[in-house]
Amino acid sequence: MNALEMIYGTPAGKFVAKKMGLNEPPKLRRGRTMPTGPVVLGELDGGGIARETLSLLGITPGQPLLDVADNRTKDEKGRAQPPRYQQKPGAIVIDATGVREITQLEGIRQLLRPIMRGLEPSGRVILLATDASEVEGLEAKAVAQGIDGINRTVGKELRAGSTSNLVFVKGGATAQDLASTMSFLLEGRSAFVSGQAWRVGPAKVQHEVSPRPFEGKVVVVTGAARGIGAAIARTFARDGAEVVAVDIPQAGDALAKVANEIKGSALQLDITAEDAGEKIAKHVARVLGAEKKIWAIVHNAGITRDRMLANLDEKLWGSVLDVNLAAEMRINDYLLNNDVPGGLADEARIVGIASTSGVAGNKGQTNYAASKAGVMGLVWAMRDELADQPITTNAVAPGFIETEMTGAIPFLQREIFRRTNSLSQGGNPVDVAETLAYLCDPASGGVDGQVIRVCGQNLVGA
Amino acid sequence: MNPRNAVVVGGNRTPFVKAGGKYAMASAQDLLTAALDGLIARFGLAGQQVDEVVAGAVLKHTRDFNLTREAVLGSSLSNHTPACDLQQACGTGLEAVVYVANKIKLGQADVGIAGGVDSASDAPIVVTEPLRKALLALSRARSLPQKLSALGKIRPADLMPVPPAVVEPRTGLSMGESQAMTTKKWAVTREEQDQLAYESHQKLAKAWDEGFFDDLVTPYLKVAKDGILRPETTMEALGKLRTVFGKDDPTMTAGNSTALSDGAALVLLAEEEHARAKGWPVLAKVIDAQVAASDYVTGSEDLLMAPARAIPELLKRNNLSLQDFDYYEFHEAFASTVLATLKSLEGQGLSAVDRDKVNVKGSSLAAGHPFAATGGRIVASLAKMLADKGPGSRGLISICAAGGQGVVAILEA
Ligand SMILES: NC(=O)c1ccc[n+]([C@@H]2O[C@H](COP(=O)([O-])OP(=O)(O)OC[C@H]3O[C@@H](n4cnc5c(N)ncnc54)[C@H](O)[C@@H]3O)[C@@H](O)[C@H]2O)c1
Repeated sequence: MNALEMIYGTPAGKFVAKKMGLNEPPKLRRGRTMPTGPVVLGELDGGGIARETLSLLGITPGQPLLDVADNRTKDEKGRAQPPRYQQKPGAIVIDATGVREITQLEGIRQLLRPIMRGLEPSGRVILLATDASEVEGLEAKAVAQGIDGINRTVGKELRAGSTSNLVFVKGGATAQDLASTMSFLLEGRSAFVSGQAWRVGPAKVQHEVSPRPFEGKVVVVTGAARGIGAAIARTFARDGAEVVAVDIPQAGDALAKVANEIKGSALQLDITAEDAGEKIAKHVARVLGAEKKIWAIVHNAGITRDRMLANLDEKLWGSVLDVNLAAEMRINDYLLNNDVPGGLADEARIVGIASTSGVAGNKGQTNYAASKAGVMGLVWAMRDELADQPITTNAVAPGFIETEMTGAIPFLQREIFRRTNSLSQGGNPVDVAETLAYLCDPASGGVDGQVIRVCGQNLVGA
Repeated sequence: MNPRNAVVVGGNRTPFVKAGGKYAMASAQDLLTAALDGLIARFGLAGQQVDEVVAGAVLKHTRDFNLTREAVLGSSLSNHTPACDLQQACGTGLEAVVYVANKIKLGQADVGIAGGVDSASDAPIVVTEPLRKALLALSRARSLPQKLSALGKIRPADLMPVPPAVVEPRTGLSMGESQAMTTKKWAVTREEQDQLAYESHQKLAKAWDEGFFDDLVTPYLKVAKDGILRPETTMEALGKLRTVFGKDDPTMTAGNSTALSDGAALVLLAEEEHARAKGWPVLAKVIDAQVAASDYVTGSEDLLMAPARAIPELLKRNNLSLQDFDYYEFHEAFASTVLATLKSLEGQGLSAVDRDKVNVKGSSLAAGHPFAATGGRIVASLAKMLADKGPGSRGLISICAAGGQGVVAILEA
């Protein structure tokens, strides 16, 4: 902590900060917790899948209020006010999967206006639309994208930790395919995901949603000794996984602590080793039994070696690309091509970690941005390459997450990074972990080739 | 019924460091717990019960009367895991392995952990004998004058703590001084000793570089590598060190003698079928072991050469010759201990040991020697080397210990 940070932590400092417009950020609802208020469903013409999905989750939705002339009231100054909910809803789900025309977007406005000041803290706006690739005609395609414009703006206008996200439903997807996504978005697990849109299609193998989705399943997490990786390990363990925690030998003591805490096991391994994939499979077979298979591998290990390109040599360049991208590819390659004890299951999940730096670029991080944008490219390419297998590949792109890695950023800069998003705060490692766990959920088989930003709707590259 | 085999499944140790160094603030119990937690993590044993954990320390506080059980309770193992302390000077670690292996073979256990710890930094400091007597008198005193009189007997010098000395009670000689006599008697040259030390450092450094210890060591207190290891040392540098033990024509230096060290090492053992059923690696079987003691008190024999008595007995019982091994692990208490023991064995008509097979991954001169931890270090490393070499390969372990004792054992992949 430097002097500035210490002053900032004092009551006087907090007072000054407040005067400067830096309020204490809202405390986000996290974990496997539902909103307290009711879940309201706004079903537009041609919709229906959202109601089915909520019913699969055991949720009977409440009635929405519509902002139409008849429903408005006048305030003391005589201005027309949208209708007010008696009890603040915890979430509104808007099923716009039937919306094809520009004029139909008005229906979304009617549903949203009463919500904008009416949601409980950490509330949710969840939009469902049909993917542009599945609709006919220019207007319908433009409208699909238009809904994302609404989503992104609503995310920015909502307050008190509430979020807005959009799910594009692809052809053939059923309520069962959407259930894990709906559950994730409603629950506190999606706390730091806002203003995002991603696609859900039909799963090759369907599984039901469960509160302990990884019971008896092996999940490998690289870079698990600390930071986001440790949170990932803990989150998967909470949800039942037998976690194999991997990190470099030098981090072995911290790694052992994490592994023992979650009753997993530790593998001291530099993932850049040529035989890293083989070593991982061998470890799984040794510790968990030869018949065990890896359900999910989380490629979290990553490094930064920041320098302006004018000062960047081949060593700093190469090491970042090797750890953050090449190693991950070698491990996938081995696991996908070798049917060995402790290898990858036939139905499996591969997830990686990109970064907003990869999405938008970041000064001083050409090497890192190359590697992280590469992770996104890899995800998209693998979805196509593995199209005929029930293996999904996805990634998250974290924004500013509070870890040792970001703790090294100078205070002022750090405070700016923290604040420049719709939730006015940095994310917690667990937010990244929850999103990865959602992607790896057996019930998320319809989520493939997606990169989800966990950034509180960071301004960077949005 | 098939005979039960006890096998080495894996091991874990802390890096070893010089006493008073990076682990100066860690107690023996801290070190043992850390080694245990690393082993538990490596094999995913958190929350599970192991049939028995057996370990010991040579330098031991009275508060550590239940050292191993306390380490178990502080670890991630189930609290239902029983533990036992065992002590046989520097033979402790290997003797613990033998104890567990025997229990496994007898069917009294399926899975056990064995090893040891020593912290020369955490050595018990004792009060002087006059102070102890004065304090006793004080506690018995009833009246004030009696109390004052008891206190009055204490002289300033009595207040100085007595640091532990590693001397043999019966000869009053330190280990180094005793070994200096052995060195002379067996005509071990300075050059031979320095060469062995040099090679120990070279071989250990290579093993570290190759990642050999990646699944044998877990870092502790920000130390990730053995602290005593000097990969850059040369024969010249070793040759320049001044001698520290022995009187006329001394040859023993700090370079060819082990340093006082801190560290802990443990081995996971299991019954072979049990291990296979779990998918655990079966690195090597514990075939047999032998202890022996020398009559060093009369001066007719050497303090640290009891293994030279134990080895022939062990070989005979197992119908093996000294050449029937792929690897030899002779604990390097001093370079000259290894060299004199080899000379003695060869002198007993056992033909020469191939030096290229001795301590191939380095030994105590380079790694350090936290007394009771050495056995665990050697067993885990040798078992891994044998597994790498392949089925049927065989290794011989020889460890000398204070009191003129020696523990030797055979492992086979
Ligand atoms: N913290 C953020 O704000 C943020 C933002 C975007 C992306 N990320 C990404 O999230 C991931 C985790 O970040 P973090 O903040 O927790 O970082 P961290 O530095 O705290 O942890 C990374 C871990 O990976 C391990 N690791 C590094 N190289 C390795 C190798 N070759 N083999 C095995 N393990 C290795 C490290 O030892 C460390 O334990 C990284 O991929 C990072 O790029 C972080």
